[in-house]
Amino acid sequence: MKTIKTCVTALISALLVFSPVAYADKWSDQFPHIKATGDIPGDCSYESMSKKNYKGKTLKINTHAVPVMGEPTALHAEQFAKLTGAKVDVTHTPAGDLYAKAMVPFQAGQAPYDIVFGFSNFINDWRRYLEPVPKKYVEMKQMKDVTPSHIGVASWDGVMYQFPVDGDRHYLKYRKDVIDNPEYQKQYKEATGKELRVPQTWKEYGEMAAYFNNWDWDGDGEKEYGSAEVMKKDDLMYAAFYSRSAAYSKNPKTPGGFFFDLETMKPLINNPGFVEALTDWVEATKYVPPGGINFGLGDEIGSFGGGQTLFSFSWDDAFVAAMQPDSPINNKVGAAQLPGAMKVWNRKTNSWDEGFNQAPFFVWGWAVGVAKKSKEKEMAFDYLCFFANEANHQADIGIGRFGVNPFRNDDFKVDVWTQIGWDKDIAQSYVDTLAQMEQSKNRVFPLRVPGTFEFNAALATAAAKALAGQLSPQAALDEAAKQWEDILNRVGKDNVRKAYAVGVAMEDNKQ
Amino acid sequence: MNFKHKFVFLFPGLFVLIGILIFPIIFTIRLSLSGWNSYTPEMNFIGITNYIRLFTDDPRFWESFFRLSFLSVTTVILQYVIGFALAMMVWREIKFKRFFRVIFLVPMMTTPVIMTVIWRTFFHESLGPVNDLLGGLGVKPILWLSDPVIAKFTVIIVEVWQWTPFMFLLLLAGLLSLPKEPFLAAAIDGASPFRKFVYVTFPLMAPISIGAIIIRLIEASKIMDTVFVLTSGGPGTATETSSFYIYIKGLREFQMGYAATLSFTYLVIMIISLTIIAKVLTKLMIKE
Repeated sequence: MKTIKTCVTALISALLVFSPVAYADKWSDQFPHIKATGDIPGDCSYESMSKKNYKGKTLKINTHAVPVMGEPTALHAEQFAKLTGAKVDVTHTPAGDLYAKAMVPFQAGQAPYDIVFGFSNFINDWRRYLEPVPKKYVEMKQMKDVTPSHIGVASWDGVMYQFPVDGDRHYLKYRKDVIDNPEYQKQYKEATGKELRVPQTWKEYGEMAAYFNNWDWDGDGEKEYGSAEVMKKDDLMYAAFYSRSAAYSKNPKTPGGFFFDLETMKPLINNPGFVEALTDWVEATKYVPPGGINFGLGDEIGSFGGGQTLFSFSWDDAFVAAMQPDSPINNKVGAAQLPGAMKVWNRKTNSWDEGFNQAPFFVWGWAVGVAKKSKEKEMAFDYLCFFANEANHQADIGIGRFGVNPFRNDDFKVDVWTQIGWDKDIAQSYVDTLAQMEQSKNRVFPLRVPGTFEFNAALATAAAKALAGQLSPQAALDEAAKQWEDILNRVGKDNVRKAYAVGVAMEDNKQ
Repeated sequence: MNFKHKFVFLFPGLFVLIGILIFPIIFTIRLSLSGWNSYTPEMNFIGITNYIRLFTDDPRFWESFFRLSFLSVTTVILQYVIGFALAMMVWREIKFKRFFRVIFLVPMMTTPVIMTVIWRTFFHESLGPVNDLLGGLGVKPILWLSDPVIAKFTVIIVEVWQWTPFMFLLLLAGLLSLPKEPFLAAAIDGASPFRKFVYVTFPLMAPISIGAIIIRLIEASKIMDTVFVLTSGGPGTATETSSFYIYIKGLREFQMGYAATLSFTYLVIMIISLTIIAKVLTKLMIKE
């Protein structure tokens, strides 16, 4: 009897242990994209989706151009169609037109797309046209693993409107083979009297970038440069400027707003903190590659990812691209939080507070929602849930060009990255950087108010004028602040204040 | 046939005209009197508020307009001079005349956006072949796209390359239609080629030249795709033109009401200025 009991227990144990593997084999044979993990059991796994029947139904999706986000959308659409029998039409749209392409039919009361991709800072303008994510998805296991910051980014006043598929933040990327090189450390010390290390402040960043600018420091016969940054107007450059400004302007002693003073709604973007950041940025035009002042995000990824610069800071894509096996700088890069500053502006005392300050910027990321007027809401949410299931997510985050970045607690485990060929210490620095940002109590979240586009465009135009030498940093930011006042008057101060308070509560750790 | 019958025959054409020309203009005017934007998505009536904003508080639009004037006038003058020279060249009996006529038309037959992407790659300051080539000749790298002044000339180069063939085509058609007698008379009088050009060819070509210049000015004043792809209006706002600015306000920032105000004002300015230009050109080039 005891033998039979032992055999049955062993058999059940074996079944329990090996059943996921059995699924993995079955599904990864058909879908090689998940060959590293196989299917991972869950509510929206390959196995679960295969039990759905959407034959005869059509799902329409508007997404970004290939490859960033457009490629995984199309790939998962094809997989979803095979599993469920649905027909999935995917339309690819350039980033600058994603907002209008959804907004025009939204305002006309139409729903040409069941699913619309965009950026998370569209949430305030889009939410009235989007279906809130149903409870059953919000309470799923895969959603429970999403970090609180990214649940916050996808939600408005506690209601989730955007299905989390991506997690974004800006951080520093640097050439580890240069910064950790004893020869260069010695050389830099002799030349400047300072330590060559991962830059702690934007001033250090600038000094190192200037030193390693315009000479061949990696011996490949080509000149390298100090830094690659997104400086092109209307190509997300405002996000780069906010990243550079956070350390000088986000003072933990003065809660109540980074972009505006929540009490008075006075724009803060021309205070000395922002001016100092723009002054640094104008200086940076001297150590970017030729033409760097016109670099958009794609150029920045290509420049740093191709080994052209010492530093870069923006989203994960350039880092992940640099770490792919075919990259010329594979396993030669490091990640760290954005540099800080040795002073931060205090708007209450109208003076600088001396001392080190650092403030991570949770830049908006890719976001996606289901149109309220869609007739295929259930299928649409199933598609999104399938897109972000554990197996797809793990495969997607390892492909730089996909633009899918970590937003789950599991993503911050070193093993996830070493499994795809990253050196352990690099993987460690990467996950530590992301985790430290999550834990920071001095975070900046993106501006998500009515008229977000107008505010950001006004700032980007002003900053671009300063970078091009058309205006001084102070004059440029005064111009932007004046425009922000005009926009506030048009939109209504109270409307903006009400919306801005939601983001400020997150920044002030009240949510 | 009485009056009613005539009206019935006129109606379809009139209907199409109203549908495709009058209605969009009236709709634009109505939209320009509204505050339609991302947070007020409705055709509310706000009077002339947008017009007041444009005339009192939007220097960027006027800067972009004067920049556009410079770019369009410069490109059209260059296109006219080069186009005329090329047309004169293949008007005469030369070897491979047909081949050259086709080759000169190739830029116009390419897709502007694609060609601008290729030009942008050529002019890329660290990866593009133009600076590499200049470097080989000992010339320092030129900031084709990131210097506020040079970037304007880069836009001009691309526009001239793309649209000179159009000017060439119109002027060649004009040259081929000229009567032979004045040229025979000039030859009998022993006129030099230069005098023949100044006193015969150029005056005879004046009406066609004016038409070609006006057509190109209308097109050049809508320059958008080249700026969008090549520089995105940068560095700063150094290459921002009116149509690009209207695009930003309308489809990037979603200020539909204000973008309609800009569009309508721009239309009125263009109608007035092109009418004046046509009259001035006629006075200068056509002698009674």
